[in-house]
Amino acid sequence: MSLLDIDERILELVDLVDLDVSPFDDKKAFDRQVDVGFVEGGCSNEYNVKELREFRKHCRILISVGACAINGGVPAMRNTIGLRECLEAVYLNGPSLEGAGMIPNDEDLPLLLDRVYPSHEIVKIDYFLPGCPPSGDAMWEGLKALLTGKAPTLPYLLCKYE
Amino acid sequence: MVAASFKFNIDGIEVEATEGQSVIEACDEAGIYIPRLCHHPELPPSGNCRVCTCKINGRHSAACVTPAAHGMVIENDTPQLTSDRRAVIEMLFVEGNHPCPYCVASGDCELQALGYRLGMVAPTQPYQWPERKIDATHPDIYLDHDRCILCSRCIRASRMEDGKTVFGFEGRGIAMRLNVDAQGGLGETQMAAIDKAASVCPVACIVIKRHNYQVPNGSRRFDKTPIGSDIEAKRTRRQS
Repeated sequence: MSLLDIDERILELVDLVDLDVSPFDDKKAFDRQVDVGFVEGGCSNEYNVKELREFRKHCRILISVGACAINGGVPAMRNTIGLRECLEAVYLNGPSLEGAGMIPNDEDLPLLLDRVYPSHEIVKIDYFLPGCPPSGDAMWEGLKALLTGKAPTLPYLLCKYE
Repeated sequence: MVAASFKFNIDGIEVEATEGQSVIEACDEAGIYIPRLCHHPELPPSGNCRVCTCKINGRHSAACVTPAAHGMVIENDTPQLTSDRRAVIEMLFVEGNHPCPYCVASGDCELQALGYRLGMVAPTQPYQWPERKIDATHPDIYLDHDRCILCSRCIRASRMEDGKTVFGFEGRGIAMRLNVDAQGGLGETQMAAIDKAASVCPVACIVIKRHNYQVPNGSRRFDKTPIGSDIEAKRTRRQS
């Protein structure tokens, strides 16, 4: 969503690129190879892993965007606690629970991973755009570099881990 | 008696030093920045982070514990040394828990600032996610072991400056931890918020309570200028 922070520059961008799978056009699955993929968020369940592998398979260049994709971010706070302990604290021993709770186990729910993984621990990532979130200017720098066939590098004021 | 002065060469620049100075001290004075993490100008050096490692007369040595000597030839700002230093910083990032987006020290953190300065966009070593406790037993200070990078600044400050022995290491290697000299945590030690040991932490391991967002994100020490800019400014001033 940081992509929208590039504001009116998005008009320049749409003249140069075609969006394929994205939240903007709501296309859910790849049906062809694309040049560049941006992934945000880490992998906390098996669905995320499947999705990320699909991206890797269909994107010539894959970029990890934002702190969650790079180190797991806030969801990764559970990594130092352990999955079972987290689920029990919320669904069995939570202070707002009435009666006996239960840990959700519906087959439609994606199975949670033992911990939250950054994207580059699941697939090969070509470039990183850090930030929480990366600023519109950082996104634009990255896009400009890619459109001109260069590796994205951020100047000091745009490279932020926070 | 005036200490004898002599010259050495770093990255092709002649630096004047006096006897008794370490390489890093002489370079700081001359306005040449050598990246460092455990070194603090007001504390005795310990040479344990290895970030300031330079190639001194062809050998890798830590600049904070190497005495400056006449005629030394030093390599500091080279692609190889920058890459080695970045690797050290990356390992420190994954070995502890360092979530910049919700850390109180972000923008003021020397570990983060070195990541920026050395060109780390993301640590790519496998994250270790160690389980470490927060010690909030002291009324004015808390200890967040998640952030500790074992630089030993607080240990040195407590012993040498404060005349106490509040901090020490326990364990070895990957199991090494910062510890305090009381069973019940920091609250049972002699530690006070005005101690030197409370203000030398390069990260957010030793944090003084209730003072953390007085300077907002975006206006902190390393938000606009890279770490080491203050040292480099001395040289620019001298040249102009």
